[in-house]
Amino acid sequence: MSMLSIRGIGKHFGGLQVLQDVNIEVPGGAIFALIGPNGAGKTTVFNLVTGLLKPSSGSISFLGQDLAGVAAHRITRLGIARTFQNIRLFPDMTLLQNVMVGRHHLTNYGGFAALFATPSFREAERRSRERALELLSWVKLDHKAESTADNLSYGEQRKLEFARALATEPKLLLLDEPVAGMNSSEKAVLMEEIRNIRDRGYGVFLIEHDMRFVMNLCDRVAVLNFGRIIAEGAPDEIRSSPEVIEAYLGRGDEAEVLP
Amino acid sequence: MLEQQLVNALTLGSVYALFSLGFTLVFGVLEVINLSHGAMFMAGSFAAMTVVTRFKAPLAVGILAAMLVSGLLGLAIDALILKRLRARHAPHLIPMIATIGATTVLTSAAQGLFGVEVQRFPDELLSTREFIFGSVHVRALELAIVGIAFLLMTALFLVLRHTRQGRALRAIAESPKAAALLGINVEGLFLATSFTAAALGGVAGLLIGLNFNSVTPLMGQPILHKGIAVVILGGMGDIRGALFGGLFLGFAEVLSKAYLSSQMGDAVAFGLLFLILLVRPAGLFGRVLERKA
Amino acid sequence: MEAFADFWATYSTLIFTVGIHALLALSLWLTLSCGLLSLANAAFMGIGAYTAALLTLHLHWPFPMVLAAGGLAPAAVALLIGAPTLRLSGVYLAMATLAFGEVTRILVLNLEITGGPEGLNGIPLLTTWWHIVLILAAAGYALARLRRSRMGRAFEAIREDEVAARMMGIDVEGHKLAAFTLGAVLAGLAGALNAHSTFFISPREYGFENAVDILTMTILGGISSLIGPVLGATILTLLPELLRFLHAYRLAVNGLILIGVVLFLPTGLWDSRRLRQFVGDWRNRREGKP
Repeated sequence: MSMLSIRGIGKHFGGLQVLQDVNIEVPGGAIFALIGPNGAGKTTVFNLVTGLLKPSSGSISFLGQDLAGVAAHRITRLGIARTFQNIRLFPDMTLLQNVMVGRHHLTNYGGFAALFATPSFREAERRSRERALELLSWVKLDHKAESTADNLSYGEQRKLEFARALATEPKLLLLDEPVAGMNSSEKAVLMEEIRNIRDRGYGVFLIEHDMRFVMNLCDRVAVLNFGRIIAEGAPDEIRSSPEVIEAYLGRGDEAEVLP
Repeated sequence: MLEQQLVNALTLGSVYALFSLGFTLVFGVLEVINLSHGAMFMAGSFAAMTVVTRFKAPLAVGILAAMLVSGLLGLAIDALILKRLRARHAPHLIPMIATIGATTVLTSAAQGLFGVEVQRFPDELLSTREFIFGSVHVRALELAIVGIAFLLMTALFLVLRHTRQGRALRAIAESPKAAALLGINVEGLFLATSFTAAALGGVAGLLIGLNFNSVTPLMGQPILHKGIAVVILGGMGDIRGALFGGLFLGFAEVLSKAYLSSQMGDAVAFGLLFLILLVRPAGLFGRVLERKA
Repeated sequence: MEAFADFWATYSTLIFTVGIHALLALSLWLTLSCGLLSLANAAFMGIGAYTAALLTLHLHWPFPMVLAAGGLAPAAVALLIGAPTLRLSGVYLAMATLAFGEVTRILVLNLEITGGPEGLNGIPLLTTWWHIVLILAAAGYALARLRRSRMGRAFEAIREDEVAARMMGIDVEGHKLAAFTLGAVLAGLAGALNAHSTFFISPREYGFENAVDILTMTILGGISSLIGPVLGATILTLLPELLRFLHAYRLAVNGLILIGVVLFLPTGLWDSRRLRQFVGDWRNRREGKP
């Protein structure tokens, strides 16, 4: 039983067909990669899953629940979290605050409690803060917890986004190019981190261009080209698939030659 | 009766269109909502008034004065304020707020210089000549207003469509970065646009001042709101939209005042604006505030 | 004591005005903290003022109830127009709220019950200084607590990146509506208090120029903390008094301030981050650190 079921999804903007008949089954407890040349439509898939865009056709369901018409913030509450290709942090807030925002829907107190600083309010805030610090220490950023997010290096920003996504207590993590801009030791660390998360039962669905990262880490890979899925299977199958090789090499993208 | 109202509507509408044209031009090219456009309108009116009453100049000189003074003010606002904000890539709200500040300064200066009472044009200027077509009386003044407004608007259309600068402006409206790469002097054209737009606004001010024979420091405010309504209606950044929107508003306003109630006439503009924003913010022709490059 | 009584007689109106402007600046702060530039707060103030004044004049309700009504009436309107209006963003929202403000002003100008252009007269002077102090303090306290709660974090997140906020499970539309409506409550209270301290109200006090004044105060003070709007309101209320000698030109100062702040001091006078840095640097220099 898949965690995330993308069935027959199509998306067009005006006259431009960006995705066509896309079928992907993302299992829980596994690391699933979506790869493909630039402009294939991968981020659009993420935007559809998270509810930022509506599909033109097809359906998406998560843990058996149809996501049609469900508002984006509710989809997050159902258990899907994501990071962004272009990193969308809250630049004027501290790292701690950034991660605490991720806990928004888990801190359940109302205006009254906040207004009068009731014990339940203080307890919820304390737990939120603790959990945020814990997540920051996972990504080795806890020493910077009180500095503002615009003061981070590129790699640190990615790690913060990762921690923030985890703060929403998701069941499925959508990572859009999680290691872009990282050096090899940082990538190795993140790879280990993602494996840990998978082993704890989370699902991971990621988009990446770093082939070594994908092949070494992922359990299953799907390849998107010009809005269509051209291959899906275990990393070894994909590596040797003629369609995939053509999709990459045929377009002269030497940088993305499969290892 | 109806035909008479149509004449009034055309007169009012063509000035609204002329005013809104400048406003939408700045938006289309500079991507700024220049809320000081109303002050340009007012400044042009006062400039013409001063030249005509103090120096006893003919109306043509008044028109030139309106264009020059308003144009220079618009240029100054761009060079001193907007240009700096462009360099900083400030989000769109910021330049808008700055132009609000500029309006306050100019309005206050006008109040200080000219006082708050209504100023009037000298009688010699306003010929009472009328042309009579059947049951319709058209004042020479109204003909002149419509004529001048359409003349200027046509001139603008022709420049935008058929001259090199016009094409350059349209390129900038699409994408300033691409335009710069093509060797277009983007900053220079920004300044030129600010000047031209303000100059058109100034003439519009003079024309309205003549039409109602009333010039006050606060006259820029209501027209600004109407300009916003027109531009939202017709689509921000779209020249045709400003023309059609302006005429439409003129007609809607005059006919509402004639057949519904005079008070509701003013509310019509804002009611329409509000509704359009809710239903289709891009207006009839325009695009929503989003540039590709 | 006599000196105090004299001072009060001369300046009480001014002090009241400072308090009321501070409340208005806070109301705008609330919407700005969520990333919304709303120019409707002057209109909300007007709705509050007229509702309160009419209740006092015609129905003779007790003052606390009048104040409550003054706060709730604009809130009802805000809820009504909020949902469709807040879908707009940035400049479009600013213009829609501007249009709303103008429509309200024109309506008030033309209705019989509001007294038309002459406004309402003879409103009993029921506001005392402790009304203003209490309400301002309560508002300040409530907003301060809001900032430290998840709602405050959500507002700030929405302001900094709406899409990311949505991905954090934040109901963006709901929060924007809440900020807009609460802002209307504060503006309405300010209006009700004002109406009962100046004897007379007219549509001219609640138009676009007033919305701009409130905006200037809030931006001058800075929105990074609650002190900013109060500081901005105080300065811009007292400044015209000090600049009386400029006559009509003193309003130009407001415009120049707005331009100046936008160009040179975009985070406002009271910027917590800049101050913290400043204090940090000062401390370091004292201790001989580089």
